[in-house]
Amino acid sequence: MSAAGITVNGREIAFGDIAPHTTALEWLRTQGFTGCKEGCGEGECGACSVLVARPGLDCPTEWVAVNACLLPALGLDGQEVVTAEGLGGPDSLHPVQYEMAVRGGSQCGYCTPGFVCSMAAEFYRDGRQAGPDGAPADHEHGPNGFDLHALSGNLCRCTGYRPIRDAAYALGAPERDDPLAERRQAPPTPARPTSVRGDDGEFLRPAALADALRLLRDRPTATVVAGSTDWGVEVNLRGARAECVIAIDRVPELRELTVGADHIEIGAGLTLTEIERRLAGRIPLLDQVFPQFASRLIRNGATIGGNLGTGSPIGDAAPALLALDAELVLADADGERLVPLADYFTGYRTSVRRADELIRAVRIPLPQAGLVAFHKIAKRRFDDISSVAVGFALDIADGTVVRARVGLGGVAATPIRARGTEAELEGRAWSEQTAAAAARVLRGEGSPLDDHRASAAYRAAMLEQSLLKLYAEAGS
Amino acid sequence: MSELSQRPENGAVGVAVPHESAALHVTGAALYTDDLIYRTKDVLHAHPVQVPRAHARVTALRVEPALRVPGVVRVLTAADVPGVNDAGVKHDEPLFPDEVMFFGHAVCWVLAETFEAARLGAAAVEVDVEPLPSHVTVREAIAAGSFQGATPQILRGDVEAGLAGAARVFSGDFEFAGQEHFYLETHCALALVDEAGQIFVQCSTQHPSETQEIVAHVLGRHSHEVTVQCLRMGGGFGGKEMQPHGFAAVAALGATLTGRPVRVRLTRTQDLTMSGKRHGFHVDWRVGFDEDGHLSALDATLTADGGWSLDLSEPVLARALCHTDNAYWLPHVRLTGRIARTNKTSNTAFRGFGGPQGMLVIEDILGRCAPLLGIDPMELRRRNLYRAGQTTPYGQPVRHPERLHRLWAQVLDDGAVLARQEEIAAHNARHPHAKRGLAVTPVKFGISFNFTAFNQAGALVHVYKDGSVLINHGGTEMGQGLHTKMLQVAATSLGLPLERIRLAPTRTDKVPNTSATAASSGADLNGGAVRHACEQIRGRLARVAGVTLGVNPADVRFADGVARGLGAADGIAWNELVRAAYFQRVQLFAAGYYRTEGLHWDSSVMRGSPFKYFAYGVAAAEVEVDGFTGAYRTRRVDIVHDVGDSLSPLIDIGQIEGGFVQGAGWLTLEDPRWDDGEGPTRGRLSTQAASTYKLPSFSEMPEVFNVTLLAEAEEDGVVYGSKAVGEPPLMLAFSVREALRQAAAAFGPAGVAVNLASPATPEAVFWAVEQARAAARDGHLVEADIAPPQPGAGAHALHPDSEQAGQAVSRV
Repeated sequence: MSAAGITVNGREIAFGDIAPHTTALEWLRTQGFTGCKEGCGEGECGACSVLVARPGLDCPTEWVAVNACLLPALGLDGQEVVTAEGLGGPDSLHPVQYEMAVRGGSQCGYCTPGFVCSMAAEFYRDGRQAGPDGAPADHEHGPNGFDLHALSGNLCRCTGYRPIRDAAYALGAPERDDPLAERRQAPPTPARPTSVRGDDGEFLRPAALADALRLLRDRPTATVVAGSTDWGVEVNLRGARAECVIAIDRVPELRELTVGADHIEIGAGLTLTEIERRLAGRIPLLDQVFPQFASRLIRNGATIGGNLGTGSPIGDAAPALLALDAELVLADADGERLVPLADYFTGYRTSVRRADELIRAVRIPLPQAGLVAFHKIAKRRFDDISSVAVGFALDIADGTVVRARVGLGGVAATPIRARGTEAELEGRAWSEQTAAAAARVLRGEGSPLDDHRASAAYRAAMLEQSLLKLYAEAGS
Repeated sequence: MSELSQRPENGAVGVAVPHESAALHVTGAALYTDDLIYRTKDVLHAHPVQVPRAHARVTALRVEPALRVPGVVRVLTAADVPGVNDAGVKHDEPLFPDEVMFFGHAVCWVLAETFEAARLGAAAVEVDVEPLPSHVTVREAIAAGSFQGATPQILRGDVEAGLAGAARVFSGDFEFAGQEHFYLETHCALALVDEAGQIFVQCSTQHPSETQEIVAHVLGRHSHEVTVQCLRMGGGFGGKEMQPHGFAAVAALGATLTGRPVRVRLTRTQDLTMSGKRHGFHVDWRVGFDEDGHLSALDATLTADGGWSLDLSEPVLARALCHTDNAYWLPHVRLTGRIARTNKTSNTAFRGFGGPQGMLVIEDILGRCAPLLGIDPMELRRRNLYRAGQTTPYGQPVRHPERLHRLWAQVLDDGAVLARQEEIAAHNARHPHAKRGLAVTPVKFGISFNFTAFNQAGALVHVYKDGSVLINHGGTEMGQGLHTKMLQVAATSLGLPLERIRLAPTRTDKVPNTSATAASSGADLNGGAVRHACEQIRGRLARVAGVTLGVNPADVRFADGVARGLGAADGIAWNELVRAAYFQRVQLFAAGYYRTEGLHWDSSVMRGSPFKYFAYGVAAAEVEVDGFTGAYRTRRVDIVHDVGDSLSPLIDIGQIEGGFVQGAGWLTLEDPRWDDGEGPTRGRLSTQAASTYKLPSFSEMPEVFNVTLLAEAEEDGVVYGSKAVGEPPLMLAFSVREALRQAAAAFGPAGVAVNLASPATPEAVFWAVEQARAAARDGHLVEADIAPPQPGAGAHALHPDSEQAGQAVSRV
């Protein structure tokens, strides 16, 4: 075994007897860190939230909040974790804990340590700044720059959230000698190669892409995980167990983002949060996707490669990337190939990707269309799964739609292009009549189902409405 | 004014203090039942064997394959039960059933060294079943005549004459969904057997005494051999009033049979698929109004979806019937209740306990009928509020109805409601694709258990020689701040600072025969008992102090940790006095007891005065609806609520806000769905995880949220003049639902009436918007039936329609 353990609240703890499927949450609780709780086992409630030291953008290290229930404990080998217990004790409250306690931010208290960790991550975010005159930018940002979306992956059944929001908005900046703030100035411990063979399977972390691809060639049935936000759900809710898990989230070649003359290439191993911040607005359509893509806790773990790799028909990235004409760079031990995303999916959770291939990067051609929009229909505004998602990218020149790309999720076994709608739009004047006619075509695209999220009739109606809404909001 | 409601100046009650465990909560130091397993040696883990059939007879159960799984220690089956094989008190809930009554019903439990081994063992158990016919929806049960339990009726006046004499009569039916509790901590119990064979169960339960009773009867033991302790719960909301007992009994049975500690802790999906929820209802109604829009008669049949067993369905139904009036005077009433037996989890207590369901009926009726009457819904509601001298349909005088009017006026004032109505009209005129709505709704909620015997409580207060105080009471802490309030009550009663008093966890060997911490009654009942215990001790200490100070004991006052004679500056410090009392052999501990006075209730005729008092509140909510999608935001909520003289304002405001958002979740977002098709997964809960059953998150919090406690609201005859607060605010959320209805209607012509399904999800609101638009297209002012049947939730074919001929409106 070449796995040592995790540094928890400043103390290194050896893994001991551990299975590859053991979650970080289960392991932490077994070690006595019972502050982190299981509320749902699928990254929806955030009661398991803990902080992990990760490479930062603004600082060498950032404290990133993640769902401990989804991560395999072995995936944190060699890393630093801070739990609510590590932020402060009952007689030495951390500023986040103090504000939560005195403002009535806890009632039953079960979700509270998770909220505290998510809130602490935002407290330590280097880019968090008070708005001009301390005025909040909108209903989702505090006068101290606190982004409420940092808490979108935490559920509280007691408070109704108002006191938690008040606690978040009351936070100042970390003190100069705050040890966690200071810790940001040195790089995190680099991820180390891990190889564990337990009774019920292997857990492997290769150091480089070439190693990962060789492993995959030799173990075609291996399960590849990055943020494990999908695999963790399978493990916890459906009892899935893998003979071999290969963790690729720290593979450096998968974590590059390059902006070229004719395309932007996004490493498949970058998390949604990292992509959002590193793109810094370069792809406006994705900027509409990010805040609606799961929760901050999930976006801190989930990678774009993972989202496309699982092939879910309701993943939110695919409809937008289809509209952007994205291509995937697929790599195997012998080389690479380029596949348009529109040709990638072959059926329900299946694709042209072979078992020995990895998605290395997503390539988005430049220039981008002038009119873009992402419409997600769901029951809840934050952190819900789409019943329908629509990505639009339209080029309009001299009042005419010269090029239209419409990507759809949730209406077929795979994400699809709305090709009939695109054809209806292209070459036509961008007018209310054109939008209405194309909206009627869009209504008939795909074959939406009735389920607990929405009726088929509503899904079809939402396709139609999405184009009407695009026109109403964008106008001519 | 009663002595109980009098409060001294500068006492600890009425001070805004954080939750007594706040520092433990925020640091992860607070322990919940499942945290204890890491501090306990040799724990065995239990896993249920759930059968995936809506209704079936078990013809064979083979546990041997499970015993071959490494780590499996034992499989618990019906044959292991030495006592009564039943998880309830009505003997209709077999703990190890031979008939599967709902999809996912557990027929046996596997014990193993690890949870993983228990899970694999459970998967290995072989169960043969013979499928039986099933009723999944409440409509199917009604059609088949599948009912259980009592069929209570509330009658007043002559409803037929009332309807015949009404100027306008409308009728309709309405089916609305239940709600999953989704306490963040799932059901959990940890049982140990001590050296004398006594059983100690730590359990996340709102009702330790009943958990104790059920454990005892399953084990065939006496109650004094079983102790149940609840440190705290990670939320309860009624879901841990009846439902924990069976899980605790499984743990206790396992512990007695193996001699090892046994943990039962449900995963979220097990909790969702095995434990009961808020009752959904089906309602048929006819209502009459006079020329001025006053309600003149209501005839309604309420059918509660009870699920597979009775559980608490009868009292839930009784409370629903007792709250169908909400805050409105109904001269002629006939309210009939039935409980459908369906092949689903057994529905149970949930914050409000039927009250919300009864009140939803009248609020829906008023919301639907107002446009048909041509009266603004806000005015229609105000006009029908109770007034002095009126009584409820079950005959209880409505005390303090003027508070409803005060609250109403204050909400309108604080919320600038009239000015905002004008702004909203202007906004709606300018924006074809986004409409706003503002609704004001009242709450009147009866406080006390309907069942009179439950209205009693006990406490145990110890003063140690060093002057420190330890209190125990029979209530449980689930986040509602009961323990915080009890500390404040004890500190006030003893004249001590809060930090001098500690509170010990709730245990059945400290205070016996307790009632559930439920019905919002925790602070009223236990506060009365704690105060009673403290006053006994204070009285004895006053005699000691009187001698020392040379004053009559009746003139000794306790404040700030000092006993003084009336008007005297100097006195005796508490510690010194306690020490002196000990040496004089004065008893320094006391048992307190409280029973609510003045209650009477005849459930056979559903008449009497079951409630000590009514809690009141009024809310104004403003929403904005997107016409393209039906998605909405709650822009602003103003609430003024009557908590009497608050025991603990920070706690009370937290209860109001949290209850409101939970109610809004029930009415607008949370959407439990079962597979009601005929396939092999018939009866399966399709929303059995947090990813498919969505609770309110930050996005549902009102953007502006103002909560005010009604001033000068002392309630006579209740501890320190306070009122209960746990449940009533949940029902303030009707304002959101009615605002959504009005915003949807704003997409149509003035005066259009729209139906709104419950929950009013974005999809449901979209169909309501489409009704309004259709009315605009067709020129009709009544609702159209254009919403397709909602999958799983049953069709909402809702048509309030005038029974009177010659109406100005016509039917589509």
